[in-house]
Amino acid sequence: MFKKILIANRGEIAVRVIRACREMGIRTVAVYSEVDRAALHVRKADEAYAIGPASATESYLRMDKILEVAERSGAEAIHPGYGFLSENSKFARACGDAGVKFIGPTPESMELMGSKTRARQEMEKAGVPFVPGTSRGLASAEEAEQVAQRIGYPVMLKAAAGGGGKGMRLVHARADLRSALEAAQSEAQRSFGDSEVYIEKAIVNPRHIEMQVLADEHGNTVWLGERECSIQRRHQKVLEEAPSPIVDADMRRRMGEVAVRVARAARYTNAGTVEFLVDQEKNFYFLEMNTRLQVEHPVTELITGLDLVHLQIRIANGEKLPFAQQEVKIRGHAIECRIYAEDPDNNYFPSPGKITLLLAPSGPGIRRDSGMYEGWTVPIEYDPLLAKLIGYGTDREQATMRLRRALYEYFVAGIKTNISLFQRILRDPDFQAAKLDTGYLDRLLARESKHATGDSTSPVIAAIAAGLFAVLQPASSGVKNGTAVGAPGMADSNWKQKGRSEALR
Amino acid sequence: MVYDVTVDGKPHRLELEKVDGGWKCRLDGQELRVDAVVTRPDVMSLLIDGQSYEIKREQTATDLHMWVGSTRFGVELRDPRSLRSRRDGTGDDKGPKKLLAPMPGKVVRVLVAEKSEVEAGQGIVVVEAMKMQNEIKSPKKGVVQKILAAAGANVNAGEVLAIVE
Repeated sequence: MFKKILIANRGEIAVRVIRACREMGIRTVAVYSEVDRAALHVRKADEAYAIGPASATESYLRMDKILEVAERSGAEAIHPGYGFLSENSKFARACGDAGVKFIGPTPESMELMGSKTRARQEMEKAGVPFVPGTSRGLASAEEAEQVAQRIGYPVMLKAAAGGGGKGMRLVHARADLRSALEAAQSEAQRSFGDSEVYIEKAIVNPRHIEMQVLADEHGNTVWLGERECSIQRRHQKVLEEAPSPIVDADMRRRMGEVAVRVARAARYTNAGTVEFLVDQEKNFYFLEMNTRLQVEHPVTELITGLDLVHLQIRIANGEKLPFAQQEVKIRGHAIECRIYAEDPDNNYFPSPGKITLLLAPSGPGIRRDSGMYEGWTVPIEYDPLLAKLIGYGTDREQATMRLRRALYEYFVAGIKTNISLFQRILRDPDFQAAKLDTGYLDRLLARESKHATGDSTSPVIAAIAAGLFAVLQPASSGVKNGTAVGAPGMADSNWKQKGRSEALR
Repeated sequence: MVYDVTVDGKPHRLELEKVDGGWKCRLDGQELRVDAVVTRPDVMSLLIDGQSYEIKREQTATDLHMWVGSTRFGVELRDPRSLRSRRDGTGDDKGPKKLLAPMPGKVVRVLVAEKSEVEAGQGIVVVEAMKMQNEIKSPKKGVVQKILAAAGANVNAGEVLAIVE
């Protein structure tokens, strides 16, 4: 087994991988940018090395610096987490050249899956079901019109090198196709340096369901069940659950078998995820394969009882999968909330800053994978994901209620978070009835938020508490340099304020 | 102690008196006996007639919030005898208004020039944080007196970006 692993990431996922390593008796090496000196992953690792300025392109994306740290520290393997270099085949190849094991698939598998059009050609050969459309980039607007005519409107234009919704256009009618194609091509060129765009039939109100797979380096590949990821905003997942409420044992087996076929066709190794679009008749179509550990992997861990990071490391170490497909059992239900530093009252705009107070939930059926702590300043340079709160229960209803209870206990002050959004989702009758598709969250947000002000006594309690705080603890720890607005006397020294109040009695 | 407390825009008069085993609170004339303990900085446990409440206080650069359970209340607290609070009349639209940065970030663009007229809600400065850009909008209709933000500069939460009069 490896004696030392470098984690080329930050935030909650770096902490999660460090924890797995510690559980396996493996020493850990963290890397950090200038603004992450005080980050949690640096505190949790056995060793930590600075790799450059705040900007990711000068630190977490610098392959040379990371490999230099691996050499200096004697790390034998690198776990890339998700994001940053995790799906960069050049990095996987550079690791191999430097004699460091990359914990993930081979660069060849990554390259195949990284190009959506190439992946599609290969997968079609393997008999994987696809949304009707082209498997190559469009040569001309005329070709786009012909294909759209054949498969029928609405159609979706997509960037071959795409992701995160960039270079995507939904087209309802022939009249709009030409301009949408030009817009998608130029956006793809700007975002990915590649203007290749292909066309697909648009599935109306689809669900987004993905299948976890694991493959060892000895030809064994298994599926570990699906995750329902339909609750998205701007094509980014917000809440995920496993199992999907609409997938039964037979559909799960069929999806799993297709996912394994996809992985085999790509000669895939380590952990990966096959994403599917599912239409209203429960037909599923291959979308893409994510060649990394996913943000939402904990929901699969909870319902299978497996630790995916342990297994990733064992597979990278050359071990065989320690179980067979028929031994994989799904039990209970898990739901994950992605806690982001963003402001629900300001169109979910990012909200970095100092965390002045943090009350974290625990108790039965609650797992919290977090990269934040009280007193830490959330930097402005990176993704706003702070933590993941996962609820587990015997069934979906219990998992939901546990999560609602835990969200009630969760409190973060100093920055804004989207905790209130999850309270709203989990209370929503459509969510509870599992009426989900990728448009669900936009519809929920478009509805007027029924502001749960609670009972009429709450404002009274707030008023009394405000006065008592002013007497009992005049200076809030949230105040910087005593320049608070809206609270009296905070800029003054306490004894002066107190003396003045006493005199009033 | 006497305070003028505004909760979500609604004014109250609060009188607090320390008595045996707690506080006598008179809120808008209604009297309540309250047992209050600050259990850790900014977290207070209140017992009122056997009912238990956990209150969290959040002081941001611009606002004071009281959280009762998971409900947030915007609170302003004034000591009616304090000179400062009498000067601080901020509730109306008269006089100069400061445009504050709601979060730390980097100024990417300034959208208007000094001395130009702006409508309420018109974007004045664009601040970027976590790869997203946010337009900071004018709090009122008026004339931009001064622009303190410069493109490319980093700003902290609560920092004055511009003044509109």
